[in-house]
Amino acid sequence: MSENHGMFGASGSGDTSGFGGLVRSAINTGSSERPYGSYFDEITDELERAYPEFSDAIEKVVVDRGELTLHVKRDRLVETALKLRDTQSLRFEVCLGVNGVHYPEDKNRELHAVYPLLSMTHNRRIRLEVSVPDSDPHLPSLVEVWAGNNWHERETWDMFGIIFDGHPGLTRILMPDDWPGHPQRKDYPLGGIPVEYKGATVPAPSERRSYR
Amino acid sequence: MTIRDSYAAETDTTEGRVYSVTGGDWDSLVTEIGQTKEERVVVNMGPQHPSTHGVLRLVLELEGETITEARAGIGYLHTGIEKNAEYRTWTQGVTFVTRMDYLAPIFNETAYCLTLEKLLGITNDIPERASQIRVLMMELNRISSHMVALGTGALELGALSPMIFAFREREKVLDVFEMISGLRMNMAYVRPGGVAQDLPKGAIAKVRETVKELRHNFKDNEKLLVGNTIWMKRTQGIGYLDLAGCTTLGITGPVLRSTGMPWDLRKTEPYCGYENYEFDVITTDTCDVYGRFLIRMQELEQSLRIIEQACDKLEKSEGQPVMVADKKIAWPSQLSVGSDGMGNSLDHIREIMGTSMESLIHHFKLVTEGFRVPAGQAYAAVESPRGETGVHLVSDGGTRPYRVHFREPSFNNLQATSAMAEGGMIADVIGAVASIDPVMGGVDR
Repeated sequence: MSENHGMFGASGSGDTSGFGGLVRSAINTGSSERPYGSYFDEITDELERAYPEFSDAIEKVVVDRGELTLHVKRDRLVETALKLRDTQSLRFEVCLGVNGVHYPEDKNRELHAVYPLLSMTHNRRIRLEVSVPDSDPHLPSLVEVWAGNNWHERETWDMFGIIFDGHPGLTRILMPDDWPGHPQRKDYPLGGIPVEYKGATVPAPSERRSYR
Repeated sequence: MTIRDSYAAETDTTEGRVYSVTGGDWDSLVTEIGQTKEERVVVNMGPQHPSTHGVLRLVLELEGETITEARAGIGYLHTGIEKNAEYRTWTQGVTFVTRMDYLAPIFNETAYCLTLEKLLGITNDIPERASQIRVLMMELNRISSHMVALGTGALELGALSPMIFAFREREKVLDVFEMISGLRMNMAYVRPGGVAQDLPKGAIAKVRETVKELRHNFKDNEKLLVGNTIWMKRTQGIGYLDLAGCTTLGITGPVLRSTGMPWDLRKTEPYCGYENYEFDVITTDTCDVYGRFLIRMQELEQSLRIIEQACDKLEKSEGQPVMVADKKIAWPSQLSVGSDGMGNSLDHIREIMGTSMESLIHHFKLVTEGFRVPAGQAYAAVESPRGETGVHLVSDGGTRPYRVHFREPSFNNLQATSAMAEGGMIADVIGAVASIDPVMGGVDR
């Protein structure tokens, strides 16, 4: 994931405290080891049984904070989704939409799409995660699998610029139709103007001293 | 020189010149219209329309009075809350998300805080009393939200009195909110680790009194609408959506429960200690607007039951903490409701300004910089009045969210408009949308 330099957002200053030279990288969660715990082993076993191409389709299995995330290759997404939905022992009949996340530092996997799934039959939840490069932001649409993903995919296109191939009408949904850019991406500035108050100027939120 | 028009003969009268338009080509026009099989009209309803629940735009294609195609246009209330939250601390996020679904602020806050607590790994450290207060506030909020749904729903179908009664009840709930949090809407009362402040003196008594009043007053609307012939004719069999439709569209909440599916996150995945409360999940099997209306009516009573139980528990837990014990996360500023509304507690000000330098430093660091959240992602959901309000949070290990995403039930459920309205009459689209109960602040975020 990301790498942070220095503290208090200071850069290029004559900082002698040593904080300016700090490099901290957020840990990239690798694949989890079995046993995963909870019902996660059962789900992965069942999916492996129902889906022979499991080892090729699933890049990694992550169990973190009591949640199971399957990282899926994008060209295997629809197959995996159908298996998850239709297999009797899995039955993830509800998809709670899709959410984009932009990781500019994750080279060639900049844009992630996250699908929370819910099985009402078994009262279980898992998450699918797919990543695509910024240069080729195409993902297969899941509207055919879960019709409710229609607006969610439009929102993710609107906000992140991920193109969902096969979507019945991929247009902007929240931003105006002629809006340039995709606002939720990290390279899209927040905007805002400095505000003067009693002689002092408060910079726009994105320009303020950062504590990262 | 005058040009003679064969279709507009002119005669001079005492009033001046008069043209009689006989319209020779009308005949051919009328025959032409008569030959086309369909009479298609596209009506643009909204975004400024009194019965579309806020700035919702409906594009309806009509054949006579029958809707052949319905599409909803949204985005008129997009405020970029998710983007803004990335530039503030995790705690400030509460103040932003409470403004999404403005009829259910407590649910937004609780969903956000539960997810954040999951990310922090402190879910089991939240004091019992804080969870009890959250449950109390959520159920009060469910009543105030359902009151708007019922009141405006009835209003949009032409029944005015239910709205008067519904808003009278809602006022009572908002008064309780004001007493407890200092604010009537957008309270930012639920905070990461607990709640902003403990209940003020006399709050439980006030809540108990309100419950009594509400239980009595709910009968007014019940008498007006339940079993009312006109109301039933306008709502029964309208806005039909069955279980299969709900599942594929990801519909949750009263719309799902109107198909007979007893799906309620308070029962299926209890949070905030809901497993310790006795209440029923209300369902109907009519899949229509009337069924959803009945569900909301009966959920009010269930909420009152939960509130009473919460009051009992809160009386027993008097004096216990309402914020997580970890001082690196707990908001240091103690708030209290004064004569001029909610503000900093004077005792706390005295401590940090007068007696303890360490307290001041601690206060300053937490309030300005905030706490760090370990990198990772989490998803948690609560049963809001409209369905599953799910929050997906991503942290990069910093003091501000990397990504905040709300899976808003209004946003998702509004997709059902087409399925509910197409093939029905234009007058029924209003009832269908009202039964979804979308709140545009939540839809557009």
